[in-house]
Amino acid sequence: MSVVNQPAPNPILIQIDRLCKSYELTDRSGELISQPVLFDISLTINQGEFIAIMGHSGSGKSTLMNILGCLDTPTSGNYWLSGRNVATMNSNELAHVRNQNIGFVFQSFNLLKRMTALENIAIPLLYAGIGRKESLKRSQAMLDLIGLGKYRDHLPNQLSGGQQQRVAISRALINQPQLLLADEPTGNLDTQTSHDIMTLFTQLNRNQGITIVLITHEEDIATHAQRLIRLKDGRIVQNEVKLSN
Amino acid sequence: MNLLVIIGEALRALKLNRLRTGLTMLGMIIGVAAVVLMLSIGQGAQININNTIASMGSHLLIVVPGATSSGGLRFGSGSVRTLTISDAQAVAELPSIEATAPVISGIAQLSYSANNWSTSITGVTPDYFSVSNWELADGSIFADADLRSAIRVAVLGSVTAENLFGNEDPIGKTFRISNKPFLVVGILAVKGQSLSGRDQDDNVFVPITTAQRQILGNQFPGSINHMLVQAKSSDTLDEAEAEITQLLRQRHRIADKMENDFTVRNLTALATVASTTAKVMAWMLGSIASISLLVGGIGIMNIMLVSVTERTREIGIRMAIGASYRIILMQFLLEALVICILGGLIGVALGIGGAWMVSQSTDMPIVVTFNMIGLAFIFVTAIGIFFGFYPARKAAALKPVDALRYE
Repeated sequence: MSVVNQPAPNPILIQIDRLCKSYELTDRSGELISQPVLFDISLTINQGEFIAIMGHSGSGKSTLMNILGCLDTPTSGNYWLSGRNVATMNSNELAHVRNQNIGFVFQSFNLLKRMTALENIAIPLLYAGIGRKESLKRSQAMLDLIGLGKYRDHLPNQLSGGQQQRVAISRALINQPQLLLADEPTGNLDTQTSHDIMTLFTQLNRNQGITIVLITHEEDIATHAQRLIRLKDGRIVQNEVKLSN
Repeated sequence: MNLLVIIGEALRALKLNRLRTGLTMLGMIIGVAAVVLMLSIGQGAQININNTIASMGSHLLIVVPGATSSGGLRFGSGSVRTLTISDAQAVAELPSIEATAPVISGIAQLSYSANNWSTSITGVTPDYFSVSNWELADGSIFADADLRSAIRVAVLGSVTAENLFGNEDPIGKTFRISNKPFLVVGILAVKGQSLSGRDQDDNVFVPITTAQRQILGNQFPGSINHMLVQAKSSDTLDEAEAEITQLLRQRHRIADKMENDFTVRNLTALATVASTTAKVMAWMLGSIASISLLVGGIGIMNIMLVSVTERTREIGIRMAIGASYRIILMQFLLEALVICILGGLIGVALGIGGAWMVSQSTDMPIVVTFNMIGLAFIFVTAIGIFFGFYPARKAAALKPVDALRYE
C-alpha cells in the first residue's frame, strides 16, 4: 500500500549517456586537430522539470543545449528524447522533432526581421502543414494571451526587447512542445523585463507542465529553476535539486 | 508546408530587394525577348522564302540564251537571242518535260484615259500561267487561238491594273500599249516579290505572237528572251536538264568542243539553298539569343548564392523552428523560379511587341507561334531549376547549428 501512496515519478523526457562532443579544427600547418568541448556527460531530465544550466563561457553549456535541441549531433554517446534515440533519426525526422517537441528561445530573440509578430508566431504551424488561415488564427490567439494582441502587425524592430522575447516565446510554444530550451533568454533584457520573462517561464512550467531547460550565467535567474546543473570545462560539476523556491 | 505559402514567402523575399530582383530579372527578360524575337524573325523569313518558292511554280527549269563566241569575240549571256519559239516547242516534246513556256519581254508605255504607266510587257503562251503558278483574280487568260491570230488582248498584274485603272474595273476595257489599243481580258492574283526582289505584280501579259510582231518586234522573228520548262516531276529535273542540253546543242549545231550558247538553270535548287540559308540563320539567331538567356541564368545563380549567404542566419532560425530540408530547398528554388517565370512572361510580351514592331516597319511577315512561347517557357523554367538548384541545395544542406551561429 505504501508504494501506491508515493507519487509516481514523472516519465523520463531526456536521457543522455556518456555524451562527448569535440570540434574538428585545422591548425596552421593544415593538420586536423580535435577540440573537445563536452566530456562524458550523463544526465536524465524528467518531464515537468525546470532546470538551469550554468557555467562560464567556454564551459560547453551552449553546445549541450544545441545537442539537446537536435541542432547538433554528439561525437559519441547516446541521447534519448522521449525514449527515441536521436542518433537514429534522419534530417527530416529531426526537423519534425524540432517543430513539434521542442521550442527554442534565444538570447537575441531570433525573430525573422521581415515578418510581423503574428507571422513569426505562425511559421512553426505552417511548417507543421497547417493552413495559413488557421495558423494565423491560432497565432492571434497566442498573441492575445501574452497581451501583445495589438502588436500583431509590428515588425520585430518596432517592438521592445521584452516584447520581442515574448513573441519569440509564443513562437516556441505555438506547437505545444514538451520541452522549452532557452539559451540566456534574459541576456539582452533589463532587470524588470528579465523578471517578467522568468515569471512567465515559471508559470508555464507549473501550470502547463512544460519542461524547461534554461542556460544562464546569472545566479538570480537560475534561482527560478528547480534544479541547477553547473558545467565547467565540459564536465558536470554540480547537479542538485533545490528543495523549494 | 503548403506550396502556395512557400510561393508567397518567395514573392515577399523578392519584393524586399526590388532593385536586385529587378536587375536579375532583366537578364531573363532580355534573354527571353531576344529568343522570341529572333525565332519569329527567322520563322517569318522562312515563310517569306517558301511563299516565293511556291509562287515560282514547281520543278521549274529556266533556259536562257547563253554566252556566244564568234570569231574570237565572246558575248555575254543574253546578248544574242539564240533561243526561238520553235526551240521551246521542240523541248516540250521531250519525254521528261511536262510543258514549256517561251517568254519575250520588254518595257513599254501604257496609257488609259488620263493615266499612263511604264512597265514590263511579257509575251507568253497560255501555258505560262500554269507553269509559273499564276492565278486569275478576275476574267480569263487568252487562248491558243488568240496566239495564232496575234490579237491585242492583255492580262494585267494587280499592281499595273491599279496604277492604270485606279478604282475602275479593267475587264473589257481597252487601254494602249505603245499607242496600240489592247483589250483587258483578265487580272492576276497578287503574288508579291520574286526571289530577286522584283515586283511580279507590275506586269502586263500579252500573247507572245502579239508581243513579237506588234510591240517588242526585233530583227529576229521567233526569237525569245528565255523559256520556262516544267519537268514532269522534281525527280526528273536532272534528266530533263540533260535532255534539254542535248536537244538544244543539236538544234543549234554546236560542235563537240564548243560552249553551249544557252544556259539551263534550276530555280528550285536555288530556292532550296535560299530556304536552307534562312533556316540556318534562324537557328543561329536563336542560339545567340539563348546565350543571353544562359548568361541571365548564371546571374540568377550568382544572386541566389549571395542571398543564401546573406540569409544564413535566417535559414538557421527556420531550421530551429522546424523547417525541413525540403522546405528550405523549395523556398530558395521557388525564388529562382519566380524570377525566371516572371522574367519570362515580361520577356515574351516584349518579344511579341518587338516582333510586331518589326513587322510594322518592314514588309516581312513575323510569325509568333505558341510553340515558340512554349519553348521559351520550358527553357526559362529549366534555367530556373538548373541555376536555382545549386544555391537552394547549399542552403538546405546547412547544419542548423552552423547556420544559427553565422554572423
